[in-house]
Amino acid sequence: MNVILQVNELSKKFNDFQAVKNLSFTVNEGDVYGFLGQNGAGKSTTLRMLLKLIKPSSGEIIFSGKNIKEDDNAMLKQTGAIIERPDMYKYLSAYDNLYIFAKMSGIKTTRKVIMDQLEMVGLADRAQSKAKTYSQGMKQRLGIAIALVHSPKLIILDEPTNGLDPQGIADMRNLILRLCREMGKTVIVSSHLLSEIELIANRMIIIHKGEKVVEGDVATLLDPADTVVEINTTDNEGAFLKLQQTRWNEQTTKTKKNIRIRTNKNDVSQIISTLTSVGVNLLAVQPRHSLEDYFLSLTNNDTHVEPFTN
Amino acid sequence: MWSLLQIELYKISKRPRTYISFIAIAGIVLIIQAAFKADPGYLNILLQNVGDTFEVDKGKVINGYFMCYMILNTLLIQVPILVALVAGDAISGEANMGTLRLLLTKPISRTKIIGVKFLASVIYTVALLVFMALLALFLSMAIFGTNDLLVFRAKDTESQILQITQDDVMWRYIAAFAYAAVALTVIAALALFLSVFAENSIGPIVATVCIVIVCTIISNLNIPIIDRNVKPWLFTSYLVGWKGFFYIAIDEDNVPIKGSMENWPAIRNSLLILLAHIGVLFGGSIWFFKRKDILT
Repeated sequence: MNVILQVNELSKKFNDFQAVKNLSFTVNEGDVYGFLGQNGAGKSTTLRMLLKLIKPSSGEIIFSGKNIKEDDNAMLKQTGAIIERPDMYKYLSAYDNLYIFAKMSGIKTTRKVIMDQLEMVGLADRAQSKAKTYSQGMKQRLGIAIALVHSPKLIILDEPTNGLDPQGIADMRNLILRLCREMGKTVIVSSHLLSEIELIANRMIIIHKGEKVVEGDVATLLDPADTVVEINTTDNEGAFLKLQQTRWNEQTTKTKKNIRIRTNKNDVSQIISTLTSVGVNLLAVQPRHSLEDYFLSLTNNDTHVEPFTN
Repeated sequence: MWSLLQIELYKISKRPRTYISFIAIAGIVLIIQAAFKADPGYLNILLQNVGDTFEVDKGKVINGYFMCYMILNTLLIQVPILVALVAGDAISGEANMGTLRLLLTKPISRTKIIGVKFLASVIYTVALLVFMALLALFLSMAIFGTNDLLVFRAKDTESQILQITQDDVMWRYIAAFAYAAVALTVIAALALFLSVFAENSIGPIVATVCIVIVCTIISNLNIPIIDRNVKPWLFTSYLVGWKGFFYIAIDEDNVPIKGSMENWPAIRNSLLILLAHIGVLFGGSIWFFKRKDILT
């Protein structure tokens, strides 16, 4: 697999605040690369550095084998982006917006090409309406069309599902998968939701306080063999003692809130049947991957969970 | 570059606020013209400062050239505000809409982007002046006819009337409008400079207007220490320099010399100072914009 983007030791400091610290990661051609972190983790700052919106304090960004410092616009020519929300000239029509951004990207375009692109995002019938009259979902789709207007190799989407309704989120997810599978694009997508990344990305990175926590294949990082099952019963003390007499005794811990078993996801049904067979009244059983568990601990500032190690 | 400029002008043309200035200018000019057409006696009010020391024949004084001179006197003080409406919005308006970050993710250098924004502001300023010239000069000529231009001037403690023959007027207007374009470009450069630092349009527009007002007040103060040390550095001291084209030189017999100007070196120096202001403000805009982190 060819590397399209390599980031080495990237850092950004705003006065005394270290937003990103020595961050390194690699994106391969054709990846849907998940960029995961809680709000304020440094995701947007990193993506903005890739797009030259923010100047890095140190580090290097290598795109298609070339350091972007050597060729200012090489990466931008091949990159489309939506940062935080879809941007457009709201007083112009969808057609005008696409035309303008195509020109700015330095490509010659025709009416047919623009209409085809609007067709792809389902806006062809509203091509001449001003963007300010669009719904949030339509604006999001127009934003995507603008990001794609110059046929970039790499697409950077910063929190693309923010503010969308469930249908909009599903549409966005499908669109990202189509971009990758049908059009061969490489997509970097950031989110603060692991579940979102899990559904669309093949590789991912988690960052926290500007630093990399973990990077790798989603399938490996979210291996079902590494699951934490959270159990709540009417009598957690009794249930915990009963679990001590099972094969999960060594993986079982008790917290103030619940009982936790680190095991394979496939064991969940067996755990439930074992507990019910010994008369435990179950209130809730929630299997969660240990990575998700760790990620939630960052988000909730829940200190009782051990840091994730892979 | 040309393609980017076309896009920028297209965007400006699609914004309703662009036309506020044209409507305001048309409104003021047409009201003044209508007032003078209906009642030429209105001239007495305007000439209170100098006219009462002369016997003036209103029929001869009021003509298309005179109307334009008077309208320019009234309007060129207000036009900076109108220029700031568009130039102050150039970068900050994009930041406010979120399109600035989109714009900067396109393979165009920041210098080029701000250069195009500045050029578009200059073109807008020139368009405003051409529009003003069409209404104030050519429409006035159509309504009031043409004759010699009498320029009333308060010089030091004396009052003066300068007579410019009608065949010697038009080039002076062309020069005056060109000078005004340079003067107003300073305002556009100032508004653009302030726009670089802001994330909404109101801030730079209001700040530009405030700076123009404060500097104009200082420029009009007659305090020797300010005259010597402050006024020469203020661009507002040179905004009305266009009048110099109408101050015709006079020979020993008090006869105006056709095609002459009383003090061309002063006009030239004023122009150079205005151009220096444009250079510093535009250079500053580029310098700061290239280093700006886009966080919005």
